[in-house]
Amino acid sequence: MPSKESQTNFALMRERILATQDGKEYWRSLEELADTDEFQEFLAREYPQQAEEWHDAVGRRTFLKLMGASLALAGLSNCTYQPPELIVPYVRQPEAEVPGKPLYFATAMTLSGVATGLLAKSNEGRPTKLEGNPDHPGSRGATDHFAQASLLTLYDPDRSQTLTFREEIRPWTEFLANLRTALDEQRGKQGAGLRFLTETVTSPTLAAQLKEILTAFPQAKWHQYEPAGRGLVNAGAQLAFGQPVNTIYRFDQARRILAIDSDFLSCVAGSLPYATGFIGGRRADESRDMNRLYAVETTPTNTGAKADHRLRLRPSEIENFTRAVAAALGVNMGSAGQAQAAGAHANWVAALARDLLAARGASIVIPGDEQSPVVHALAHAMNDALGNVGKTVIYTEPIEANPVDSIQSLRELVGDIDAGRVEMLVIVGGNPVYTTPADLKLDLNRLSKVKLRVHLSLYKDETSEICHWHIPEAHYLESWSDARAYDGTVTIIQPLIEPLYNGKTAHELLAAFSDQFDRKSYQIVRDYWMGQMGGKGVVSGERQAGSTQASNPSGDFEERWRKALHDGVVPNTAAATKTVSLKADWASQPPVPAPQPSTLEIVFRADPTIYDGRFANNGWLQELPKPLTKLTWDNAALVSPKTARDLGINNEMGSKGGNIFVDAVDLKYRDRVVRAPVWIMPGQPDGTVTVHLGYGRTRAGRAGTSTAAKPIGFNAYAIRTSDAPWFGTGVELHKTGTQYQLAATQTHFNMENRKVVRTKSLVDYLKESEGEHREAMEHDEPGYNDSMYPPYDYKNQGLGYAWGMAIDLNNCVGCNACIVACQSENNIPVVGKEQVIRSREMHWLRVDAYFGGADANNPEGPYFQPVPCMHCEQAPCEPVCPVHATVHSTEGTNDMVYNRCVGTRYCSNNCPYKVRRFNFLLYQDWTTPTYQLMRNPEVTVRSRGVMEKCTYCIQRIQLAKIESEKEGRSVRDGDIVTACQAVCPTQAIVFGNINDQESQVAKLKAGKRNYSLLEDLNTQPRTTYLAELRNPNPEIPERA
Amino acid sequence: MPQIFHHSTNFLAKLSIFGAIFILLAAMWVLAEINRSSYNTGQYIERQQPVQFSHKHHVGDDGLDCRYCHTSVETSASAGIPPTQTCMNCHSQIWADSPYLEPVRESWRTGRPIEWTRVHDLPDYAYFNHSIHVAKGVGCSTCHGRIDEMPAVYQASSLQMEWCLSCHRNPEKFVRPKEEVFNMQWPQENHTEQEIARGRDLVKSYHIQDAQTLTSCSTCHR
Repeated sequence: MPSKESQTNFALMRERILATQDGKEYWRSLEELADTDEFQEFLAREYPQQAEEWHDAVGRRTFLKLMGASLALAGLSNCTYQPPELIVPYVRQPEAEVPGKPLYFATAMTLSGVATGLLAKSNEGRPTKLEGNPDHPGSRGATDHFAQASLLTLYDPDRSQTLTFREEIRPWTEFLANLRTALDEQRGKQGAGLRFLTETVTSPTLAAQLKEILTAFPQAKWHQYEPAGRGLVNAGAQLAFGQPVNTIYRFDQARRILAIDSDFLSCVAGSLPYATGFIGGRRADESRDMNRLYAVETTPTNTGAKADHRLRLRPSEIENFTRAVAAALGVNMGSAGQAQAAGAHANWVAALARDLLAARGASIVIPGDEQSPVVHALAHAMNDALGNVGKTVIYTEPIEANPVDSIQSLRELVGDIDAGRVEMLVIVGGNPVYTTPADLKLDLNRLSKVKLRVHLSLYKDETSEICHWHIPEAHYLESWSDARAYDGTVTIIQPLIEPLYNGKTAHELLAAFSDQFDRKSYQIVRDYWMGQMGGKGVVSGERQAGSTQASNPSGDFEERWRKALHDGVVPNTAAATKTVSLKADWASQPPVPAPQPSTLEIVFRADPTIYDGRFANNGWLQELPKPLTKLTWDNAALVSPKTARDLGINNEMGSKGGNIFVDAVDLKYRDRVVRAPVWIMPGQPDGTVTVHLGYGRTRAGRAGTSTAAKPIGFNAYAIRTSDAPWFGTGVELHKTGTQYQLAATQTHFNMENRKVVRTKSLVDYLKESEGEHREAMEHDEPGYNDSMYPPYDYKNQGLGYAWGMAIDLNNCVGCNACIVACQSENNIPVVGKEQVIRSREMHWLRVDAYFGGADANNPEGPYFQPVPCMHCEQAPCEPVCPVHATVHSTEGTNDMVYNRCVGTRYCSNNCPYKVRRFNFLLYQDWTTPTYQLMRNPEVTVRSRGVMEKCTYCIQRIQLAKIESEKEGRSVRDGDIVTACQAVCPTQAIVFGNINDQESQVAKLKAGKRNYSLLEDLNTQPRTTYLAELRNPNPEIPERA
Repeated sequence: MPQIFHHSTNFLAKLSIFGAIFILLAAMWVLAEINRSSYNTGQYIERQQPVQFSHKHHVGDDGLDCRYCHTSVETSASAGIPPTQTCMNCHSQIWADSPYLEPVRESWRTGRPIEWTRVHDLPDYAYFNHSIHVAKGVGCSTCHGRIDEMPAVYQASSLQMEWCLSCHRNPEKFVRPKEEVFNMQWPQENHTEQEIARGRDLVKSYHIQDAQTLTSCSTCHR
């Protein structure tokens, strides 16, 4: 550990900010905002090659000795032969299979039951990459980071591989025999002791199977528990309408949006199409207008970052704030719910209400899934009052097979277990032992009252540990199943590969409870759909959208089944719209009492990268910097800078390499205590602590298991209770005096206060764009294209291509899907927390988050900026390479030749954008056989000692060029889609030929918002940025 | 004190200086030759295969087209190794009882693929695409040699980078009309002035890229 003197004291930094009141325009971390000497020293030392010097146990002499020996041995390494290789062709080649050409199959991934349609790429039968399915309403061609990273879970060697009974390996048949015996016992009691616990079920087939079982065992019960997911949406609908409904928002139609603690851009069902629609309404270049987003929230989220106005409120203030807005909109809340004074935010609320009322029928009020039922009901009433229902807000039948309040369902189950009424508990998926709230914990004490416990799951986790039977679950890429999208559309989930580890699906497990106990999931799903679309020729069932599609009654099932598999959607299965009206007594709940300003409040949220803990063993997600904190491998308790000062808590950044040590505190909530590191989060409301769920797993796998020696976050479930699952008051925070080291990437690859992010208000932009204004010309240092060498003629070289990229900051919502997509496409390794601390993360693409303004407590933004390799025309990395390992191609890409690279790292030293990554160690796993299956065969797997960086997905460029040349044409615009571009829900990244004036990228670059990063260096980057626009309400003062 | 060495030994000293340079150069030359030799490249070495399949017989004598077995050579990066089924198309009828073909029949019976030894093995960081070379008029025999004269296939070229570059730098010396790509009798290289002139015309009409683009690193390395 570095000495105390060399560390930055956070309190000192704060004092300095207060003293000068002259903060920077944009900053990524509090350390940067404070701009202390230590931070400057850190910047100067930032290059990772110095990272090894300060806490390397190996001394200089040992190092020299080892170096000498390895130099001597290095010569020998060239003497290896390529080992002889075998070619193993098919015996009977499948019809569509062409060796060397990937096939794509439509399937879907579910998260909390909600499906995202995918196209899975299969190289000779191995799924190697996932793309969004353009025909699927929940994807529209885009995917989120969870879907991208799910590929790693498929190949995870830590996944459960064997069926066990009390940790002993048993065959499936023995399980079946045992189960039949137990079932026969239950049959006499009509299944009175039988309980099923599932996650949210949207699968029509699974629901039908459960229904069938419940008919055979009328006394048995089906419970659903989902730790994160849809939160209190159902309870809210129940309060407002007296029945569960599914709400779909049409952001593409909305001009004014109020998000009440809702992160609709990243973490709710339908967030991908929502992001697409939302950004679609912000393309000011075409429409000369933009929608306006007001976000009222506690924990800073991506939605708050993109908001034109963000108001930070404590969780207890949100309901009263919502009431005030509702009152201003003229919603009649009756006598019980009369609004309180809007208080400090009266002007804000009045301006907001005027703006919303001016956009009647084209506005949206969206409540957060985690908000209380009252807030949901108020939002429904506001949408009703604004005339949005049927226009921007659509009510449909629920998509869940059996919509329940998940906490209530769990409470009933726990009640039954405690009363000894449960003899056999079947846990289908999920990890309830870990994820259940502390007061309803399904721990060993409680579960030992259940005689027979069966658990189906992907991993041998905390729940499997205390269940008698553990059944390995098949990954969705190995399974036949089905699931509904956010609007109800069904996708048949088809497998890409035989189960790697003999996994079983939920369908196969449930089939064991029926007479046909050994049916395969293919048969089960197919038979179900044969019943649905077979004879009658249409999809029947109570949730059919209208009855207009009753065509082709004698149609052939096989044909329709194949079409549904091919398209990835079953036609006409979207949930039917529903007309609902507010219950008479919806507003009968009395308002919550005003918050006590002195008490601390706590907020629980699903983690932005590992969700509720299910992705804890996924290295791609663990190492993915969280969108706003940029933390990796850990969660932390987030507090605002002011609260941190009040509590005397510091973040200490070592001046050497940016080792970040933070205070660890004891979080005491309702007599339960957990020890957590504190992260000071700009934009967090004062007096609140946010903790993310999903960490502190005790049995997750090699990457995710947290031990005392090597902690991976802390378990926030330990202090979560069922009566306040999302927020509560009265948390206490006690300093422990110990420190904890976090790996945050926000200080890595710092741009040293150069103005790399440009933002503008819509009004200014429109005014300027009338004239000859160009973003590039505005700034002091002029861009100049002078060079001693004659310019290279890209037009008349080769085929006349010049590849380039435009990144529209106005579109980027900071969701991070591009980072994982790049990792998956380009075989980028995971390095681990200790290496991330040394600034050695390997992501070719990083997304920087720049806060704005001088107020650390209530900053603007942050503004997101994805930074890949710029592919500079005058690339500073090229002339410094002694071995020509990085050179320019005739199409303007900056190529990296791994085999020439000797690892001098001069190039990364000379790169002003800090986008080059060096393999300090052998990060890539060369030995695990399953990982070998996963890799993209089109991209070299790099070894130790080699520099690497973004290639513009050169493999995709070459493929498109080869295909076009075989057809005797030029590459068309849109033929080449880089991996990051393909996943982006908002088309923030556009790639193409800039020589072609008609290409989308050339048009974007010709636009007035276009600018280059560090233009004054005359690197002439091929990747350029489009400035971000904001559309603030002129009636609201800038920092409300 | 008299001189220990005679005056004439100066010559030996001079010679040894020259000799040192000579020996050094010779050693470098030897190393370069070893590097290029078939000992290192595997060139001309016939490989033992599970079935001693004779290309000479099937191509040279029977006149089978390359694409009968290597079906994806025009569409994919990989030319494709035929599935057992392709062998059985004929050999369920002719030579159906030959003991030489037992591994083929066994594979057909059991569903276990035949494991062939790879003859042309490029390093994993080089990405070769058959289809584009065929489409641009690079004949099979240009790289693979006279397959129709090989009872057991060997690697006819060194497959070293300088060999690749010899064509990527001067494609006119190697390209032939597209319709002759699968013709084994066509000259493997353009030698005469006339042939090279035709090659130049083909380079133009097939829109083969300039040498600078063809030798850009990312053309083959990703």
